Amino acid sequence: MYDYDAFDRAFLAERNAQFRQQVERRLDGSLTEEEFRPLRLMNGLYLQLHAYMLRVCIPYGTLNPQQMRQFAHIADTWDKGYGHFTTRQNIQFNWPKLKDVPDILDSLGEVGMHAIQTSGNTIRNTTADHFAGAAADEIEDPRPVAELIRQWSTDHPEFQFLPRKFKIAITGSPNDRAVTRAHDIGLRMVRRGAEAGFEVLVGGGLGRTPMLGVVIRDFLPKRDLLPYLEAIVSTYNVMGRRDNKYKARIKITVFENGIDRFREAVEARFVETRREFSGVDQQILKGIEAQFAPPAFRDAPTDAFDAALAADPAFRAWAGTSLAGHRAPGHAIVTVSLKAHGATPGDATSAQMRLLADLAERYGHNELRISHEQNVILPHVHKSDLPAIHAALAGAGLATANVGLISDIIACPGMDYCALATARSIPVAQAIATHFQAIGLEQEIGALKIKISGCINACGHHHVGHIGILGLDRAGVENYQITLGGDHTETAAIGERAGPGFAYDQVVPAIERLLRAYLANRKAPTETFIDAFRRLGPAPFKAALYPAEARDAA
Amino acid sequence: MSRQFTPKVVTANDLLEGDVIYLTADDRWTRAHHEAELIEDEAHAQLRLLFAAAQSDRVVGACLADARPGPNGPEPVHFREVFRARGPSNYPHGKQEVAHV
Repeated sequence: MYDYDAFDRAFLAERNAQFRQQVERRLDGSLTEEEFRPLRLMNGLYLQLHAYMLRVCIPYGTLNPQQMRQFAHIADTWDKGYGHFTTRQNIQFNWPKLKDVPDILDSLGEVGMHAIQTSGNTIRNTTADHFAGAAADEIEDPRPVAELIRQWSTDHPEFQFLPRKFKIAITGSPNDRAVTRAHDIGLRMVRRGAEAGFEVLVGGGLGRTPMLGVVIRDFLPKRDLLPYLEAIVSTYNVMGRRDNKYKARIKITVFENGIDRFREAVEARFVETRREFSGVDQQILKGIEAQFAPPAFRDAPTDAFDAALAADPAFRAWAGTSLAGHRAPGHAIVTVSLKAHGATPGDATSAQMRLLADLAERYGHNELRISHEQNVILPHVHKSDLPAIHAALAGAGLATANVGLISDIIACPGMDYCALATARSIPVAQAIATHFQAIGLEQEIGALKIKISGCINACGHHHVGHIGILGLDRAGVENYQITLGGDHTETAAIGERAGPGFAYDQVVPAIERLLRAYLANRKAPTETFIDAFRRLGPAPFKAALYPAEARDAA
Repeated sequence: MSRQFTPKVVTANDLLEGDVIYLTADDRWTRAHHEAELIEDEAHAQLRLLFAAAQSDRVVGACLADARPGPNGPEPVHFREVFRARGPSNYPHGKQEVAHV
C-alpha cells in the first residue's frame, strides 16, 4: 500500500489548516454561505437533509487497518457510531457538526486520508477493481497506476473547475468488477505481446442520460497514460458544455461531437502533453509500484478449511457466497457482506470496523478493500484461517451468506439523507432483503443484482442492475420505476424500463411477481435471472409485473 | 384570477448542527414543525423569508415549504418535508432521538 511521504503530509496539513480558518470565518459571520459553500465542497463537506455529511476518499477502495480504526474513532467521537460505504468506494459520515469538521480532517490526516475532491467539478476518487492485486484472473495490479492518477489529479491546477465532475475507473482484469464502461474514463489493462498497456474508454456514465463508454484507444502504452489522460481531460475542459449542467458531462461532449472528432482533438492535444511529460511520472510510478509489492503468501495446508466445509453447514453456505479465487495457491479473497437482512446497505458500526481492522491485521496482510457494491473485502487470506475469520465475523453480525444474492443490494442513501433525492432507497432495499429471506426464496433465486437509486443521478447504479429500481416523485408521492436487463460487468448494458412505476408499498410485490416468473420460466436452476432475461426477452417479465395490462391485451 | 396561496412555513438548516429548523411567529427558530408559524398570506410569507435569509450567521438555505393546519400546529404536506420534519427511516436518529428533543 502507498504510504504518504513528507510532501503529501505537508500538503494535507496546509489544506486542513486553511479549511479550519474558513470554518472559523463562516462561524464568526465573515463568510456568507454563498462564499463558504464552494470551500466546504472542495473539502467533501455537504449539507444534506438533516445534517452535514462528510465524504471521505478511500483511494481506489484500498485501506489499511489503522485507517479503518480511524474511521471507527471518528464515528464514535464526532458522529453516531457508524459510517456508510458508498458505490464510489468512499465513506460518508452522516452527522458531523460544522465546528468539528476541522478536527475530523486532522484526524484523517494522521492516517494519510482526506476528503479533498470528493465533491465539485474535479477529478474524483479513481475507483478500481476491489479484488486488485489478489484476483486469479488479473493481468496486473492496477492500483499503482490508480495512485499515480491520484497524485496527478489531486489539486491539478488546470482541472479544478471542469465543466462537471469527472470519474475514472480502472481494472487490471478482463472480468470487469469496476464498471469501467459507466465512467467518464474507463481504463482496462491489456497486453500487446509482452507490452502492458490500456484499452481506454471514454464517455460512459449513468445519471439522467445513461451511456456506455466507447473505446478511444484500443492500446495505450503504460508509459503514455498520464499525458493521454491529461489530453482527454484538457480537451473536455475546452469542448465540454458549460451552458447546461445536464449536458456538461464528457459523455455528452463525446456524443454531440462524435467519438472520431473527439478522438482527433485528444490526439492533437496528446502530441503536446506527451512532450511536456519529461518521464518524471514514470520514476514516481516505479516508487509507487515498489510500495504495492505483493505480500509474502504462505505455503501451508488447507485441511482446516476442508474440514470446516465438510462439518459446518453455516460455514459452507458462507464460503459458497463470500469467497473468490485468489492468485496465490491456498488463498482466497473474502467479501464481507455489509448487507445483513434488514440492515442499511453499506453501513458498518465502529465495532464492526474495528473487528475488520483486527482481522486484516491478524489474517489479511494488513489490507482491506471497499467494493463499489458496498461490501468490505479481505483480499489476502489463507484458507486455513477462514474458519476463525468466519467465527469472528459471525460474532459481529458480519457473516451473512448473501454476497451476490438478491439481498446483496446496492442502494444510495436516498431521501433518508440526501438533499438531491426524490424518493427513499434504503427502506426499499431493507424490505426486499427481509421479504425474500422470510419467504425462503433467496437461495432458490441465486445470483442476482438489484440496484436502487433514490433519484435520476443514479448513485445506486440502477441502470446496470439486473433489476434496477429508481425512486421518483410523482405528483408528491414516492414512485418507483423498474428497469430490467442491466449489466455492470465487461458485457455492460443499460437496463430497459419495464413500464409504469410502482407505489412505495407495491415495489416488493412487483419484484416477487417478477422473480416468480423467472423461477417458472428458467431452463434449469443453473440459468441465472440475467441469462433467462437475455434468452426470453422482457415479455414474460413485463407480463408478470403488469398482470392487469397483460390480461387486457389478451 | 390568481392562484390561491398555499399556506407555508419558513424552514432552513441550522448552521452549526445542520438540523432542520423552522421559524416561529415570535421570531425564534424551532426544531419542531408544529411550532412553526403557519403563514397564510403571500406577502407576509415573502417578508418572513427575507427576515430568515438575513440571519446567515445562524441558518442555511432558508426557504418556504407548503404546510397545512393540524390539531397540534402546522403539518408538512409533501413527503420530503415529512422526512425533514421527522428524520431518517433507517435509524432513530436526528429529531427522533429522545435526547435531542
